[in-house]
Amino acid sequence: MAAIYSLYIINKSGGLIFYKDYGSAGRMDTNDSLRLASLWHSMHAISQQLSPVPSCSGIELLQADTFDLHCFQSLTGTKFFVVCEPGTLHMEALLKHFYELYTDFVLKNPFYEMEMPIRCELFDISLALAVQKDRVALLGR
Amino acid sequence: MPPVAPRSGDAIFASVERVNAELFTLTYGAIVRQLLTDLEEVEEVNKQLDQMGYNIGIRLIDEFLAKSNVSRCVDFKETAEVIAKVGFKMFLGVTATVTNWDAEGTTCSLVLEDNPLVDFVELPDTCQGLYYCNVLSGVIRGALEMVSSYLNGRLGLSVDNLVSMKTEVTWIRDMLRGDDAFEMQVKLVKQVPEEYPYKDDE
Repeated sequence: MAAIYSLYIINKSGGLIFYKDYGSAGRMDTNDSLRLASLWHSMHAISQQLSPVPSCSGIELLQADTFDLHCFQSLTGTKFFVVCEPGTLHMEALLKHFYELYTDFVLKNPFYEMEMPIRCELFDISLALAVQKDRVALLGR
Repeated sequence: MPPVAPRSGDAIFASVERVNAELFTLTYGAIVRQLLTDLEEVEEVNKQLDQMGYNIGIRLIDEFLAKSNVSRCVDFKETAEVIAKVGFKMFLGVTATVTNWDAEGTTCSLVLEDNPLVDFVELPDTCQGLYYCNVLSGVIRGALEMVSSYLNGRLGLSVDNLVSMKTEVTWIRDMLRGDDAFEMQVKLVKQVPEEYPYKDDE
C-alpha cells in the first residue's frame, strides 16, 4: 500500500529533471510527466502573484479527493513535489529529506551537470530507501 | 507544520563528517601548484581558481540551505552575516566578521583572521600577483548567484521582484602578502529581476 504515488523534481527554469513512480497507480509516460511539471511550475509562479499579501512562497499543498500534492521549493528555485494518498502525514519532512539527498547524491557528483535531468544511480537507491523507510514508519504509526 | 529553526554554524560543523585538515591544506596546495605549472601566468591561475570556486559555490549553496535551515534573508546585511557566521563556520570551521558597510548597504567586507587554506603557505617572489585563496571569492560569488533576494530589500511591494544576487568579490587584504588578516570585499551589483513581467502597463 503506497502512501507516495510519485516524486517530481523541477529545476529553476521549470524543466523536469527527475520523475519517479513509487506506486502501482497513476504511471505516467515521459511526455505527460514533462507537461505536468511545466504546468506545475507555471501554477506555482502564478500562485505567488495571486497572494493578497506580499512575499508569498507559492503553493505548498494541493488537496483533491483522490490525492494530495505536497510541494517544497528551495531558496535556489528547485522544486520537489510528491503526489500521495489523501491525508498522508509528514510529507514536508520527507520532502526536506529528499532535498538533503539531492544535495548529497546529485550536487556532489562532479559529473552531474547543473539543471540537467538527473541520472544518478546512487540518488535513485537512496530515494527508494527513504520511501521504503517512510512506508514502514507509516505502518507503525 | 511550524518552520524548523535555523541551526547555528557550530551545531552544523559538529554534526558533519570531518576530514583531516592537513589533507585539505595539501590538496588545495597541490591544485594551486598544478595550475601554476599548467597555466604559468599568475593572472590566469587567479581566474581559474575563481572559476573553480564558482563551480563549487553553485552546488554548495543547496548543501548550505539544506543543512542550516535558514529562511530567506530580509536584506543583504543579513545575507553577509549568515555567510560569515554560519557559512564559513560550517565549511571551513572558522567564522568571519562583517565590516565596512557602505551607505546603501550593498558593499561590505568579510574579514578572516584564521584560514585553513593557507596553513604553512608562504608565497615566493615569483608569485607575487597570486591570490592564493581566490577559490573562496568564487565560492561566494557562485553561491549568491543561485539565490534570490528582494529587489532593494523592500518587502512591502505589491509585486515582489526576486532578483538573483550577482556580486563582485575582490581581495582587500591578504595575509600571504604581509597583511594582518584576509579581507574580501563583497559588492552587490546588477540586480536583474527573475520574475515574468505580469504587469500590463506601467
